[in-house]
Amino acid sequence: MAERKRNWDTENDDDLPVYLARPGTADQVPRQKYGGMFCNVEGAYESKTIDFDALNVGQRGNRTPRTAKSGTSCSPTSASSQCKESTWYDMKDSGAEIKTTRGKEFLQNLGDDKSDRLLVKGGRIVNDDQSFYADIYMEDGVIKQIGDNLIVPGGIKTVEANGKMVIPGGIDIHTHFQMPYRGTTTVDDFSQGSKAALAGGTTMIVDHVIPEPGSSLIEAFEQWRNWADEKTCCDYSLHVDITHWNDRVKQEVDILLKEKGVNSFQVYMAYKDFYQMSNSELYEIFTFLGEMGGIVQVHAENGEIIAEEQARMLEMGITGPEGHVLSRPEELEAEAVFRAITIASQTNCPLYVTRVMSKSAADIISQARKKGNVVFGEPITASLGTDGTHYWSKNWAKAASFVTSPPLSPDPTTPDYLNTLLASGDLNITGSAHCTFSVAQKAIGKDDFTQIPEGVNGVEERMSLIWEKAVTTGKMDENMFVAVTSTNAAKILNLYPRKGRLAVGSDADLVIWDPDTVRTVTAKTHNSAAEYNVFEGMELRGGPSVVICQGKLVLEDGGLHVTPGVGRFIPCTPFPDYAYKRVKARKQLAVLRAVPRGMYDGPVSDFSPLSRGGTPSASARTSPTKQPVRNLHHSAFSLAGNPAQRGPPTTEDLPIRPAGRRIVVPPGGRSNITSLS
Amino acid sequence: MSGQGYQGKKNIPRITSDRLLIKGAKIVNDDQSFCADIYMEDGHIKQIGENLIVPGGVKTIDAHGRMLMPGGIDVHTRFQMPDRGMTSVDDFYQGTRAALAGGTTMIIDHVVPEPGASLLSAFEQWREWADSKSCCDYSLHVDITEWHKGVQEEMEALVKDHGVNSFLVYLAYKDVFQLTDSQVYEVFSVIRDLGAIAQVHAENGDIVAEEQRRILEQGISGPEGHVLSRPEEVEAEAVNRSVTVANQTNCPLYITKVMSKSAADVIAQARKKGTVVYGEPITASLGTDGSHYWSKNWAKAAAFITSPPLSPDPTTPDYLNSLLSCGDLQVTGSAHCTFNTAQRAVGKDDFTLIPEGTNGTEERMSLIWDKCVVTGKMDENQFVAVTSTNAAKIFNLYPRKGRIAVGSDADLVLWDPDVTKIISAKSHNSNQEYNIFEGLEVRGAPLVVISQGKIILEEGSLHTTEGCGRFIGRKPFSDYVYKRIKARSRLAELRGVPRGLYDGPVCEVSVTPKTMTPASSAKTSPAKQAAAGGQPVRNLHQSGFSLSGAQIDDNLPRRNTQRIVAPPGGRANITSLG
Repeated sequence: MAERKRNWDTENDDDLPVYLARPGTADQVPRQKYGGMFCNVEGAYESKTIDFDALNVGQRGNRTPRTAKSGTSCSPTSASSQCKESTWYDMKDSGAEIKTTRGKEFLQNLGDDKSDRLLVKGGRIVNDDQSFYADIYMEDGVIKQIGDNLIVPGGIKTVEANGKMVIPGGIDIHTHFQMPYRGTTTVDDFSQGSKAALAGGTTMIVDHVIPEPGSSLIEAFEQWRNWADEKTCCDYSLHVDITHWNDRVKQEVDILLKEKGVNSFQVYMAYKDFYQMSNSELYEIFTFLGEMGGIVQVHAENGEIIAEEQARMLEMGITGPEGHVLSRPEELEAEAVFRAITIASQTNCPLYVTRVMSKSAADIISQARKKGNVVFGEPITASLGTDGTHYWSKNWAKAASFVTSPPLSPDPTTPDYLNTLLASGDLNITGSAHCTFSVAQKAIGKDDFTQIPEGVNGVEERMSLIWEKAVTTGKMDENMFVAVTSTNAAKILNLYPRKGRLAVGSDADLVIWDPDTVRTVTAKTHNSAAEYNVFEGMELRGGPSVVICQGKLVLEDGGLHVTPGVGRFIPCTPFPDYAYKRVKARKQLAVLRAVPRGMYDGPVSDFSPLSRGGTPSASARTSPTKQPVRNLHHSAFSLAGNPAQRGPPTTEDLPIRPAGRRIVVPPGGRSNITSLS
Repeated sequence: MSGQGYQGKKNIPRITSDRLLIKGAKIVNDDQSFCADIYMEDGHIKQIGENLIVPGGVKTIDAHGRMLMPGGIDVHTRFQMPDRGMTSVDDFYQGTRAALAGGTTMIIDHVVPEPGASLLSAFEQWREWADSKSCCDYSLHVDITEWHKGVQEEMEALVKDHGVNSFLVYLAYKDVFQLTDSQVYEVFSVIRDLGAIAQVHAENGDIVAEEQRRILEQGISGPEGHVLSRPEEVEAEAVNRSVTVANQTNCPLYITKVMSKSAADVIAQARKKGTVVYGEPITASLGTDGSHYWSKNWAKAAAFITSPPLSPDPTTPDYLNSLLSCGDLQVTGSAHCTFNTAQRAVGKDDFTLIPEGTNGTEERMSLIWDKCVVTGKMDENQFVAVTSTNAAKIFNLYPRKGRIAVGSDADLVLWDPDVTKIISAKSHNSNQEYNIFEGLEVRGAPLVVISQGKIILEEGSLHTTEGCGRFIGRKPFSDYVYKRIKARSRLAELRGVPRGLYDGPVCEVSVTPKTMTPASSAKTSPAKQAAAGGQPVRNLHQSGFSLSGAQIDDNLPRRNTQRIVAPPGGRANITSLG
């Protein structure tokens, strides 16, 4: 286990410089067309399309070097005898309808050796672009072969899918397991949380590291790594939240990006006087991450107005959970989203809006996308599945369990609307923002809603809920379902096609999905430790019948077999193509040039350098770190080149109109319907 | 200072009498046009109709069927504005002269108190300047350049005793005029309770400051840096933010200087959602674009400097004219604020120091006529609406101003739609050396201008009297604006849910810093108790709105009174499939 982990790490260490160097070498790569959300990822094609030869003529399938290699690697140690046993067993049962497993205890015993090889037969493989029937053979946690009539070593375990869908395991891009909060911790730790995730068909989670303001980002990151390495049952990765901003934080962000495998950072526009960043700080962070190839995630709410509204609510004597939603109307969310988009567009940085909870916020995102902004929206399980009417529940504990920020919208048509936008591609990625507190913990705020710890469950329900709300209603098809539950997330984390796709060479994280199973969500049976479930009583069609994580059967016949600590940290590299291809292209266009003029030699008025001076001198103090950024920028993007080289602004070529300026027509053009003339 | 007869000051022989008759005019109001004679006396319109009985010996003008419309109201001027020890070259005399020459008979100027100075004393200062020099009626907006408890009291005094019903806040000019979101929220709450109108200079000052620094670093120091550092998105963002705050505080909003398509779009969308928001494009944004910032002539490029900047997109003026015609934008000003080249040259090595402002008070009416009416985007009635009537309604001057009716002020313009003139700095009435509309040919111009019942412009010559302009006080709670606001504030009562006490276990909490916002936010807002819903304000509010009263359904448990209230026109939901 550990050895394999090491392998991955070294592999990625090797990769890292290549990724970083890629912008410079991109001109040698044949130009690929791309566009919209399903842009191609370099190198994805080989593993993406099935080897049709292998499909048609089964024999040739094992011709590939990969298989050969795996054949040899199968041999080690004591497995052989057991191997035989299972061969016998498999052969005997090969005609059987369902799976050739014996029982749970047996499975767990097998653990390490035998179940490393697994064949899924007769499944309908569903990727984000197409579905097809094929068998999948995996070994050592990696998919080795896909096709019909695969030649596989004897003695392997076979799962009969019976034509059911086989989809890439879900990626929950937003969790808060084991999150410390004022001395307590969320009730779902990494073990409990990832167990719930696996039960719901999610085989990878991305958790948020939240450093205390003032403390080191790297220390916090290591702390989270420790917690997670010890306990997670599935692969994981980490976002790091930037809760304060200064030179040191900047260096740490740099290290995290380059050495620690973190490519996404969240900033807060809410939580005034605590996590909240000013516009100037946002501008600097966005500029920096835009140059370093990170993804900026934003918790979008206008914290200043919230603070005012909270004070007003409390003054009016509203102290219950309804005050939470009343003090955070959806407009404030939409406003912050708009502002974040503006800053991102100014700094040419890709933007990721976490927790899209309301119609208006989603609308702003889809409008911005239409204008060509590189922005991604993440609705969460709660916003897709339920609404904010429960804040008015007479049961305090129930009402409090819905408290999260931004709040669920009291408009009951919101979930439907968000599902529609998710299906249309205006929103791309789904998370759960799973962050559960017990009722006793929520009761910290029993007399003051602003003190209620925030967070809802959803990691377990996410996949089924989206299936129920979006696929069974006909809003999206199964391929789109895969896109929003895993593929897009993998792309934005730069893990594609290792994750988020069923292809040779991808990780063996997959789910056999049963679209017909019906299950009622209830706190009694869920795998989270929370006492309340915000989806209580909801009936969901569709669910995982088998979950395979790291090539091992984790969920089978309703029985969950997880091993805390097997989860590996998956490092993410900067400059994900999905977000950065467009950004890079735009950077080249965004070179500004001055107009060369003769010196003005006319009279100059006297003026007192009074307060109304221009701003830059005053603002300089807030940003001590400007100079180095520029340098980094130049070194990182050799493509963009030195503006001086690419055309000294000589007088003759000088544009009278702002040619170099980014008025650049946005993709899709700017609509101008009201023009009468 | 008010009063009506101003015969004394400078005896201008041409003005023979306060009585005037205009015969055979086509009277154009914002709702209809009709042919009638009009008789005015002592600065008021006394009779409208045919075959009027008038005293003998009155001066008579024969209109020959030409259009007679209410004199224009320029809602945004900055005459005689001090900037770092300099003063804009058009003082109230020169400025109002230019206004009258263009058919504008009333201006509303902005009082800009230095941060730290008293609003009232600044207001008195402006009154003094204007009273001694203004040639037409005027009124004043007051800009809020800082925020604390004292400012709030002064605002109250201004509204109650001094006839001010509009205040401008700045979202730009970081570290000088700029207010934070919390402060804006508080200002808007106060304004709402006072029944005034919140005006906003909408640009995100934080981002502008960052961009300015970046652009200076890149070695761009000329006027083009001004527009590069203030991209139109930054304007749209600030407009969106102020719309949000206004919605939260249920305060009417007025965006000054709409300069870009995207800002105008945000306003149009907000209006569709039911927000009470008005947008004011200015002469410059309706008539020209920002391509001149790249002019090789520094002085010319600098003459276009204003904030928000003119958009470099050359289709902007046309777009804004279209929105003005369809009613998404309502009011037009000029933001006339002129500086000489020598004054501009203060920023010859650093564009951030260039004093900002463009001309436009004289050109405003003709330019809109040329761009909108001649092109068929709007009719003459709509023209009257956007040049005077809407402004009068918003600022509670209607129907005294902005309409031709018996009892209204005798501020009239006899409009000649056929005359063509070429705008040039050589012939304009401003003191500025440059005119940003230089060489533009406009059709439509005033033939006769009557202000306070006196003929000011006739046969191409201007007869103004320095100091005859009166200050026109404006009352709060303008109907045009506040009818909707009042109705909404009645609906916006929030209520808690009555629950039994929670008696379950409560987790122990260490008193680590994660205290939530309200406690800590108090420090940033000294005026809090009084401002955002403190008891005194509530009372003011309630006394202002006796309608809101106690609610019969006070003990209804659920949130039926929550303001999810469908906005007028409903919420669009076109993407819903299921």
